[in-house]
Amino acid sequence: QDTQEKEGILPERAEEAKLKAKYPSLGQKPGGSDFLMKRLQKGQKYFDSGDYNMAKAKMKNKQLPSAGPDKTLVTGDHIPTPQDLPQRKSSLVTSKLAG
Amino acid sequence: LFPGAGGGNDIQWCFSQVKGAVDDDVAEADIISTVEFNHSGELLATGDKGGRVVIFQQEQENKIQSHSRGEYNVYSTFQSHEPEFDYLKSLEIEEKINKIRWLPQKNAAQFLLSTNDKTIKLWKISERDKRPEGYNLKEEDGRYRDPTTVTTLRVPVFRPMDLMVEASPRRIFANAHTYHINSISINSDYETYLSADDLRINLWHLEITDRSFNIVDIKPANMEELTEVITAAEFHPNSCNTFVYSSSKGTIRLCDMRASALCDRHSKLFEEPEDPSNRSFFSEIISSISDVKFSHSGRYMMTRDYLSVKIWDLNMENRPVETYQVHEYLRSKLCSLYENDCIFDKFECCWNGSDSVVMTGSYNNFFRMFDRNTKRDITLEASRENNKPRTVLKPRKVCASGKRKKDEISVDSLDFNKKILHTAWHPKENIIAVATTNNLYIFQDKVN
Repeated sequence: QDTQEKEGILPERAEEAKLKAKYPSLGQKPGGSDFLMKRLQKGQKYFDSGDYNMAKAKMKNKQLPSAGPDKTLVTGDHIPTPQDLPQRKSSLVTSKLAG
Repeated sequence: LFPGAGGGNDIQWCFSQVKGAVDDDVAEADIISTVEFNHSGELLATGDKGGRVVIFQQEQENKIQSHSRGEYNVYSTFQSHEPEFDYLKSLEIEEKINKIRWLPQKNAAQFLLSTNDKTIKLWKISERDKRPEGYNLKEEDGRYRDPTTVTTLRVPVFRPMDLMVEASPRRIFANAHTYHINSISINSDYETYLSADDLRINLWHLEITDRSFNIVDIKPANMEELTEVITAAEFHPNSCNTFVYSSSKGTIRLCDMRASALCDRHSKLFEEPEDPSNRSFFSEIISSISDVKFSHSGRYMMTRDYLSVKIWDLNMENRPVETYQVHEYLRSKLCSLYENDCIFDKFECCWNGSDSVVMTGSYNNFFRMFDRNTKRDITLEASRENNKPRTVLKPRKVCASGKRKKDEISVDSLDFNKKILHTAWHPKENIIAVATTNNLYIFQDKVN
């Protein structure tokens, strides 16, 4: 009954209960390391130039197997290629703030 | 609330200008990521996700009409950073400008530091309003004259030309950060500056690009033990040996560089004690400090966490001296704000020139100001609906629960995609720059 009272008094606790109801497997440690690790890994893509060049050397005349529809999937049969990486174009257009 | 037509010292904020595209379809590159006035307030810089910097300049006094201050017009725009791919680490490096900081003006040129996640650049912005004409050996278009046709000596003279503003990168400070840079701060010695990433803080000399000193390192020997990251850092405005850094756990550490070369041990630790019985899954996330700013006086510092703004007296570590609720009504929405990632939004905050009022952004393109003296606060909206210059902005109110009064907006109607993360206050006057997703608004106080 005490917990129920607390949930009524503290909107934060009510929100926590809602979240745990939706995602029962949510980590035991409150909002901690998982977020931090995700934050530190921002921008990480998986491309191994060694694998890529060795594969290219082995298959001189053939096409390299490229990614299927799910480009982020890395399997044993497939080597991520530079073509799989999202194309990064620099902004050659002037900012609209200057328009 | 400030009364609508307040007398005395109450400020009435008026729309002045808005920059940027009107259309709702926002390209990612156009998302504004930083806004900063220079030391005189004459220049206003913005950075965006596309790595571009746009600098606006205030019109000079003699051109303006008596009922408003000078408008800000485009002065210079350039591509500061480009996207990169670090093949060695398989890391995609965004061109987004995280921060811009101006150097104080020393000569005719202006200098600023701009940074993305990995590289800091020193840009020189200079004006050219004359050019040499009448070369002896060259035509005006640059082609060399046939020497046999040169019969007299002609000395070039400088003649006026249309003003050209040029931006050139003077220094590139690269390869010093393994993690993502969140802050840069210029020291009051005007010779050095710090750059902070999630786990480390480095000290640089503005003239030296191939070396930087690590002054804070909180990386644990075993990354599994990581519990806290650095979220912001700033040098003290007057004491060149002092800086602070904030953390994802809601603490601020003040460090003195005279104490040791590596400032892993703080001189002061600012932390508000938490009632353990109030702790929830969200506690740590919403306590994460997204911005820290010293007052101009150097006596106080302000921190912004998800729901509040806190003012700390540097002489008192155990709790803030003032706390202002920005949008407390969001506490009962934390579950959905966690699901849509809004709970991780990083709001900034700023002081006015006299340190009497502080400002920060919120959702629905609302922004809030808190007057430290009168203890009154106001909520305003950056919207194209109030487009006429000198229209006084109407205060807004969010209805947390219960019956919604006329002109109030209910929490469930708030647009969480319309966030004001970046705001700036002119160092001397009541002129503010407020960035919505892709537009820059300039507001001024009503001048009679």
